[in-house]
Amino acid sequence: MTYRIEVGLKPGLFDARGQRTKRQIIHAFANLPEETQISCTDIYTLDSEYLSSECIEEAFCDPVIQDVAVNSPLTTDFAWYIEVGFKPGVTDNVGHSAQYALKLITGRDIRVFSARAYLLKGSLSRETVLNIAQECLANSLIQYYRIFDSTEISGIEPYIPAVTIDHSPRVQEISLALSDNELAALSAERTLALNINEIKTISKYLSDPQIQQQRTAMGMGMMITDVELECLAQTWSEHCKHKIFNADITYEEAGSTEKISSLFKSYIQRSTKEIRENAGQNDICVSVFTDNAGVIKFNKEYNLVFKVETHNSPSALDPYGGALTGIVGVNRDPFGTGMGSKLIFNTDVFCFANPFYSEKLPPKILHPIRIFEGVREGVEHGGNKSGIPTVNGCLVFDDRYLGKPLVYCGTAGIMPAEINGKPSHEKHIIAGDLVVMSGGRIGKDGIHGATFSSEEFHESSPTSAVQIGDPITQKKLTDFLLRARDKGLYRAITDNGAGGLSSSVGEMAQICGGCRIDLDKPPLKYQGLSPWEVLLSEAQERMTLAVSKNMIEEFLALSRQMDVESTIIGEFTDSGYFHCTYEDRTVAYLSLDFLHNGLPEMQLYARWEEKERVDPPTPVPDNHRTKLEEMLSRLNVCSKEYVVRQYDHEVQGGSVIKPLVGKSCDGPSDAAVVRPILESNEGVVVSNGIIPRYSDIDTYHMTACALDEALRNYICVGGDPNHWACLDNFCWCDPITSERNPDGAYKLAQLVRSNKSLYENTKIYNCPLISGKDSMKNDYIGPGGIKISIPPTILISVIGRMEDARKAVTMDIKKPGDLIYLLGTTKRELGASEYLASYGLASTCVPKVDAHKALKRYQGLHRAIMKGLVSAAHDISDGGLAVSLAEMAFAGDLGIKVDLGRVQSQGAMNDTEILYSETQSRILIAVSPEHASEIEDIFQEDIRRIGHSIIQNSMIITGQDDAVIIDHDLNSLKLAWKSTLDL
Amino acid sequence: MAQIKALVITGYGTNCEMEMAYACRYAGASCDIVHLSDIIGGTHSIHDYHFLNLAGGFLDGDDLGSAQVESVRIKHARIISSGKTLFEEIMGFIENGKIILGVCNGFQALVKTGLLPGNPFGRRRVSLTFNDSAKFEDRWVTLAVNQKSPCIFTRSIERLFLPVRHGEGKFICDNDETLKEIKDKDLGTLYYADDAFNPTLEYPYNPNGSIESIAGICDETGRIFGLMPHPEACTHKTNHPCWTRMENMPEKGEGMALFDNAIQYLKNIV
Repeated sequence: MTYRIEVGLKPGLFDARGQRTKRQIIHAFANLPEETQISCTDIYTLDSEYLSSECIEEAFCDPVIQDVAVNSPLTTDFAWYIEVGFKPGVTDNVGHSAQYALKLITGRDIRVFSARAYLLKGSLSRETVLNIAQECLANSLIQYYRIFDSTEISGIEPYIPAVTIDHSPRVQEISLALSDNELAALSAERTLALNINEIKTISKYLSDPQIQQQRTAMGMGMMITDVELECLAQTWSEHCKHKIFNADITYEEAGSTEKISSLFKSYIQRSTKEIRENAGQNDICVSVFTDNAGVIKFNKEYNLVFKVETHNSPSALDPYGGALTGIVGVNRDPFGTGMGSKLIFNTDVFCFANPFYSEKLPPKILHPIRIFEGVREGVEHGGNKSGIPTVNGCLVFDDRYLGKPLVYCGTAGIMPAEINGKPSHEKHIIAGDLVVMSGGRIGKDGIHGATFSSEEFHESSPTSAVQIGDPITQKKLTDFLLRARDKGLYRAITDNGAGGLSSSVGEMAQICGGCRIDLDKPPLKYQGLSPWEVLLSEAQERMTLAVSKNMIEEFLALSRQMDVESTIIGEFTDSGYFHCTYEDRTVAYLSLDFLHNGLPEMQLYARWEEKERVDPPTPVPDNHRTKLEEMLSRLNVCSKEYVVRQYDHEVQGGSVIKPLVGKSCDGPSDAAVVRPILESNEGVVVSNGIIPRYSDIDTYHMTACALDEALRNYICVGGDPNHWACLDNFCWCDPITSERNPDGAYKLAQLVRSNKSLYENTKIYNCPLISGKDSMKNDYIGPGGIKISIPPTILISVIGRMEDARKAVTMDIKKPGDLIYLLGTTKRELGASEYLASYGLASTCVPKVDAHKALKRYQGLHRAIMKGLVSAAHDISDGGLAVSLAEMAFAGDLGIKVDLGRVQSQGAMNDTEILYSETQSRILIAVSPEHASEIEDIFQEDIRRIGHSIIQNSMIITGQDDAVIIDHDLNSLKLAWKSTLDL
Repeated sequence: MAQIKALVITGYGTNCEMEMAYACRYAGASCDIVHLSDIIGGTHSIHDYHFLNLAGGFLDGDDLGSAQVESVRIKHARIISSGKTLFEEIMGFIENGKIILGVCNGFQALVKTGLLPGNPFGRRRVSLTFNDSAKFEDRWVTLAVNQKSPCIFTRSIERLFLPVRHGEGKFICDNDETLKEIKDKDLGTLYYADDAFNPTLEYPYNPNGSIESIAGICDETGRIFGLMPHPEACTHKTNHPCWTRMENMPEKGEGMALFDNAIQYLKNIV
């Protein structure tokens, strides 16, 4: 029989989830009457033989606080009842756990589907309730909802969202002998994201007589199969092949022309290569650009592994699932690097439109507050449930992220430099090793994720591209595989991310020179998937392994014992071919060389033009005090505590510098420090830099500033400038010129300039790039040609070490009477600054980085911190000197007195400009008076004492003419800073 | 003197096993981290240890409520070698005079399985449910120790400063009699406290709305103890959120006091 089980709080208990839901609805849907009451119940639906009420209660109900009702409503005391559950085929983690609990009790496998009900009291029209369901509670892409009033509820029928597939699996042969228009239509229809030239290259491959002969020998036709075409499309996607970064580019700037053969090789890879050569014996890089993540040395015994990914397109469709998959997906990168690493922290950086956006939204775009909350919660569940601390991150707001939010998720791992006597960062596979898939099962989830993200987001973007991660299945998987690793049970490992098996097995096959997999072997979530879907599915929580035949029994036994599903799906070979069978018939037979190297290089054109702008005079506020409050409350400056608190930043026990610091644990930390080995005082330092606004002027300087920001954050907490490395994550708007994208050449030039900057500056800082990622189509195209493109954005993430974490420094003022110094010269650089943005203005004076000077300063500060001379250090970024001073003061709960006349500035600057210029590489430090001369000796001309901390609770700023321009109490400043995002 | 042997159970979503084991070793015990499947599989037995640790995490994703599925597992999963349920094994462990510590998700597991407050063991009498904020929060809290509590872990400790990291930590009883019993027998061991170390209901000092500001309870013998805050997250001075503001701090974090007491207690009886 069908059971519909409803569990809710006993009468009289406080319904916290209901309260929170109400707050969230009010945020997104302002006209909810205040007297409305909301409570939540949990629904479990299942089809089973008789289950006793004891069994149901034990599995689903907490008798201390809950009541349960079976096949009848729990209550009719409501006006409206909204049931929200998953559509068929969507990952239902709660349902899985319920199934597991029932199996423990009954020994039977009973599929359970979970849902949530929201019970509303108050006078609301059906139309309002419908709006609440659609706008706030259910995402119609992945969830269904049903609405009842209290009279309708008694007739409620259980709804079981089981998948029904009405066609049987099949393999299709596809003719490519088509006109250009037809080929373009084929590509669009199947979401292949292949251009005409690429499809023609495939046709040419198929017409090779030698290839035809081999196909015949394998029992295949002369037409390409859907398995092969889909496999090629995903392998050749922008997402996987980075076609733009590897293209031949003709670049024009100021009348001169330059030919660039691959941005990646010319700038990114080259910088690292040259830095490594110069470092010689002191080279910290171990494995760069070749594996799922970059690997550097930590100490003699251990290496660090780090990767940052983006998950923008899925997060635009389903913010929760997209972000959850983003974080648990990037976990698998360091986990699938070399022999696999233990994960030690996560980082996250989000770029959103204003969460309080009040204009009308274009179709298919979710309100920024829904994106914000969904992404926040997805990363919360992904990180917290996996037991990986989220230690560092950032939020950037700009309304151009309305069409596509950016969701950067990063994870670092640590692994012994050697495992079982072999270097841990290497992968070896021998022909004859078995291809094993471990972890979750395959469904239609995320099919075409790789190709979909290689296109702009449009009204008919495929909904199958959405997946929901399952942190617990993954946790069980990583528990098992770390143990298998240390026992030497597998030879190589990689993750299943974009492109699924096609990508993971395809990449591993390159190591030994071939593979054969049986597409009827992988376990499925439900029957009916065609072979190409099995190959391409991006269903989560799966790793692919190479296991030698003499280890396979032990491997599978351990897997079974630890409740992890592992399946042999084929064999690695040295045939030179990527070979797939289905029910003993060959369904794909592609030369590995063609698959990986057959893609023709793109020829692209870039043209840089300096945009002419008139520099406005810097507006001077009537009242500096209120202006500072306003600046502190701006979205890009304000406290992000609301988000940070909901992330576990201390699990694993090695937290040294947390994201929230200071006397009341709420000041904004510059970077994070963790001790991954609890027996040791060595620390890992991680920081980030991102400043997309500056792209409006010049991406060269935007990139330099992002790099410098990440490095100065790193330096401020005590990171060692002789042991640092960084990752680049480019998120761009489409840089390829087309009818729909007439300014592609300019956007590509922006990309070229960004790369040039990255090359030149990482070289000077001696900070190697070790891994990275690019996401190139961050545009939204809506009806009537509405187009929203993100500003070109680069995130730089820095990882490194400090020998003794006990010497780390935080940004809060520690004691009254400490001297406050400013390192570096302040210039009139307010272009695209937060200050000008507060007036809706911009100028051309974008901050320019002098990396040589900055590096010297950072090395000096590091020496000073190691000597224990610095009691606080804080970087100056968005909002300039004024904001950083206020943050240091209120985080330490101690006032400061600062004289702007003492600030070292270049050229004539007024007080406002000194307060709000965003000149890079500047750092504020606090120093006990007894260390004054030693500090001044280290920095010489590069340092100015601008004030000191005071016992009073005020921030007192004197202008250049000695008049006090700000005298304000810290509580008011802090309140302004903390109120904006207190959701 | 006999070596004290501690066990930290992991698997199925346990996350804090490493730092829990570190704390046990730092306090002088030997410690194994054992996957629950090894215990159910019969290759490891809890009876080989003196000190059982249930660490923090998200067992089974807390999907049906925190540690709900774990309570089902403890009561129904049978150890292959002995044929007994985990619950029966744990009862034997308790009868042998040994000690159990549950932190956060481990505390939730003890409560949901009816191992705390006991009387009788196996009946769920109290629960830990959604914070009043309905948010997961990571924040440090001040804790006052009930000096009359029989808890062997908190002996001679007056106050603690530790992080909470949970979404379901609100302590609640099934009825007034249970609450009265907890109060009468001083089973409430730890209280969320304000800056003056007085128990408080005020957020965020009391981060979840727990009744009577209860942050941790023990059984009548004081040998079974569960708490929402994480002592294993404060084993080193740099774990303290304000350590950069303090001078002459001892290297050892104050969370270690609970583990030191546990090992000292066992040394006296083993």
